[in-house]
Order: sequence, then C-alpha cells, then structure tokens
Amino acid sequence: MVTHTLADGTRKWDRRTTGQRLVHWFGWLIGVAVFVYAWNEISKVTTWFFVWDAPRIASDIFGRATPPRWSYMDQLWEPIWDTLNIATLGTIAALFMAVPVAFLAARNTTPSKLFIRPIALLIIVSTRSINSLIWALLLIAIIGPGVFAGIVAISIRSIGFCAKLLYEAIEEINEDQVEAITATGASRWQVMAFGIVPQIMPAFAGIAVFRWDINIRESTVLGLVGAGGIGLQLSASLNTLAWPQVTLILLVILVAVVIGEWVSAKVRGMII
Amino acid sequence: MTGTSVSELDMLIGNRWKKPPLIKRQWLRWVLVLGALAYMVAAIGSVEVNWARVYQGLDRGAAFVAAFASPDFVTRATDIREGMIESILMTIAASVVGITISIPIGLGAARNIAPLPVYLVCRGIIAVSRALQEIIVAIILVAIFGFGPLAGFLTLSFATIGFLSKLLAEEIESMDKVPAEAVKATGSRWGQWINYGVQPQVMPRLIGLSIYRIDINFRESAILGLVGAGGIGATLNTAFDRYEYDTAAAILLIIIGIVMVLEYLSGVIRARVQ
Repeated sequence: MVTHTLADGTRKWDRRTTGQRLVHWFGWLIGVAVFVYAWNEISKVTTWFFVWDAPRIASDIFGRATPPRWSYMDQLWEPIWDTLNIATLGTIAALFMAVPVAFLAARNTTPSKLFIRPIALLIIVSTRSINSLIWALLLIAIIGPGVFAGIVAISIRSIGFCAKLLYEAIEEINEDQVEAITATGASRWQVMAFGIVPQIMPAFAGIAVFRWDINIRESTVLGLVGAGGIGLQLSASLNTLAWPQVTLILLVILVAVVIGEWVSAKVRGMII
Repeated sequence: MTGTSVSELDMLIGNRWKKPPLIKRQWLRWVLVLGALAYMVAAIGSVEVNWARVYQGLDRGAAFVAAFASPDFVTRATDIREGMIESILMTIAASVVGITISIPIGLGAARNIAPLPVYLVCRGIIAVSRALQEIIVAIILVAIFGFGPLAGFLTLSFATIGFLSKLLAEEIESMDKVPAEAVKATGSRWGQWINYGVQPQVMPRLIGLSIYRIDINFRESAILGLVGAGGIGATLNTAFDRYEYDTAAAILLIIIGIVMVLEYLSGVIRARVQ
C-alpha cells in the first residue's frame, strides 16, 4: 500500500507500488500466455466440425434418450445392491487398513519419525493420488472382473484419504489427557485405548461416513471398467446405444448419490 | 454370607470403572449391532469371489509389484509424453476457465450478497455440477463433442465450477461483515465494494482452494482418457490391456510424482497467503 501526492496537492491512495504492479502484471501476462498456449494445443487436435454440429447431436441424443425405459428397472435392483456393497464393504476394509497407517504417520504416535513415518506417508500419497478407476483397471487385470475387484479398488483408494484425515486428527489431540492416562501407569496400548482413541472417535466416525458418501459415487462408475455394480449396466447400455436405458441408469445414480449425501450429512450432524 | 460381604466390599471400594457406551439406549444399540451384522452377512454372502482366479492372478500381481521396481519409461516414451502433456494442458485450461466462471457463480450463491433469484439459480448450477461425476459428464460430452481433449477440458471445467463455487460461497457467507460495511459506507460502487470489502477477506481461501482444485483436476484428467476424453488415461488403459505392467508402472509413478509436487507447492503457497 502506498500514497502519493497528485499535481493539485491532494494525496491519492494506491494498493500497490509501481514495482509491485509491474510484478503483478508480469505474472498475469505469463498466466494468460500459458492458458492461450494450452487452449491452442487443445483446439489443434479438436475436430471443430463435430463441435459446430454438437447442438444438433445433443438434441438428437436427448430425443432418443427420453423418456427413460422404466421397465428396465427390474434388472437394476441387483446392480444397485452390488454398488451399495462395493461402497460399504470397501469403506470398512479401508478403515481397517487406514487406522494403523494413520497411527504410524502421526507425529505424536509414530514409533519412528525417521523410518516408519515416511513409509506411512508414502502409502497415503500413493493410494490417494491414483483414482479408484485406475485401481479397478489394475485389479481386474490381476484378480479378474467382478464385484470383488471393485471392493478392493475402493478400499485401496480410500486408505490414503482416511489415513490422512485421521492422522491430522491424531496430531491435534489434547496431550494432557494422554499424560494423565500415562501417569496412572498405563501401558502403551492402554494409553492408546483410553487416552487417544476417545479423542479421535468423533473425527473417525465423521471421516468414515464422509468417505462412504464419496465411495457411493465412485462405485457407481467402477463398472465402466468391469468392476461390478451399476456401471456395468451403464457401459452395456452405452455400447448398444440403448439411450433410454442410459437415462434411467443416470437417474438411478443421481438418486443414489443424493441419498448417500443426505445420509452422510445426517449421520455427521448426529455425531459432531 | 459371602454374598453380603462382597456387596459390602463393593460399597466400600466402589464398582470397577466401565467405559460408558457410545449409544446410551440399550435396545437401539442392539438393533444397530444386529442390523449391521445382518447386513454384513447378506453383503458378504452376495459377493462372489472366484478364489481360483484370484490365486492365478497373484503371479500377475507380483509381476506388477516387481514392475514398480523397474518401470519402463522408454519403450512407449512418445505415447507417455504426449498423453502427459495433453493431461497437463487440459488441467491448465480447465482450471483457468473453471475458476474464472466459478467466481461470479460463487458470488451469486452467497446469500449475504446476492438477491434471492440469483442465489437460487447459482445454487442450482452448483447442485447439478456436484451431483454428476466427472466420468459420467465426460461420457455424455464425448458423445456430443466427439473424442479428444476438448470433451475432457469441458468436463473438468464443469466439475471445477461445482466444487469451487460452493466452497467460495460458503466462505463469503461466513466472512466478517464489518469491513464490507465500512467500504460500503465510503460510498463505493458495487464493484468497488466487492473488490475492497469482500475480496481481501476470501482471497487467501480462494487461492488455496484453486490450487487444491488444480491438483484434483490433474488426478481426474488421468482417468478421462478411459472414456475417450483425452489425456494419459488412454495410454494407461492400453498398457493394462496389453499387460505391459512396466509401462503402466512408469505412468503411475509419473502421476504420483506430479501429484506430490503439486501437493508440496500448494502447501507452500497456502502457507504464504494465509
């Protein structure tokens, strides 16, 4: 912030000095240049004819896709059940794996900051940065297509997410309570069970429900690569261009996502 | 005789401490536990696992783990490079466009600065964008716009809007009213009011969220290729289909590396602006 005197003697306030302004504009210039370059590269490989034709195609698809084929619902109940199971069992399995990882990653509970903590952090980063669809692709190649691959994919993907939030919660606990329990002569495990666990329990429950909500979303599309659930029907309908079925499946997914979000918001409201 | 003495002893030293249960009502506790057990039995029972197939696959799993130790960046270097560049370009373009659009929508979705009709429209856009997942939007857009990174770019922009506008609106709704009112009291126009009264309060959070979203966009761009929306996903899919685990491992390692760099950068930048 700077003020300077104008020719007529009044003082004028400015947010930035001239130097700051130059740096600011230079930053913007580089940003815009990068964006223009990125846009050019994308537009180079785009078939613009299709894009100009898009409104017609869109209305054509919309015409084919409505009304949804409601009778197809009979065949969807089982995939919906599978999808729910993938999300729920995947979340439960993930929590079992995430808890030890979180305790190993938190600064105040890790047995060794030098060796074990980096390994735990590496597990967290690598499982988090790879999408569940990619995990599903990989697992299908290894253990074959089906619901089981979906469950494992969801659980691996969720480890990093749950462990990261959980270890942050562990690092934020009140040390006084831990000290009080230690002072009673409790063993390491008793300190864990009575000093640390009660403090992170609300966070843990919140994380579990939050991740379950996300997993409901993700498990609906896992079938696109063959990992079970309603995505299988979606991909089959897309491949046969059965648009009315696609609409119905998308509606079902939308409803599932909304219900999942509602349940998770309710449960979190009750806990926290 | 002994019974009474025990109870007298109990009165003297008190009962052994027991952990209070999480749910106080006993019947509710039992209903929940039994319900959960019944669900687990039903769910696990309905999952068919072909253990023979899993057992066969263990070799391939081991091969994949081994591939991580010796990733092959060379054989498909051109494919990997082109795919990665496309992913990065999509991420950049979509983040810029998405963030630019989500700022006005975020302003419109904040109840304390937007009139009701605008608020409802903006909240509606956010709800639609958040309810549809990236991959489904990508399928629809690929059907409409054809294969290629344009569909991916549009998908990511659309997803960015839902994410960023919602969080920005929440930030604006919880801001401190006093500075905004002070700026308004100087007789500023609407644009000046937003720029000097509201913007400085939400800017640190907006920058942090934007960088977080760039990180997410990059991760998502890696899978859009599975449905033909451009980026590294197509190369990755091909590598898996051909059981070229060393190439797949190389791609995954690059993705993990870039995500780690982005996360580190976002940590540094967020620490600086906050």
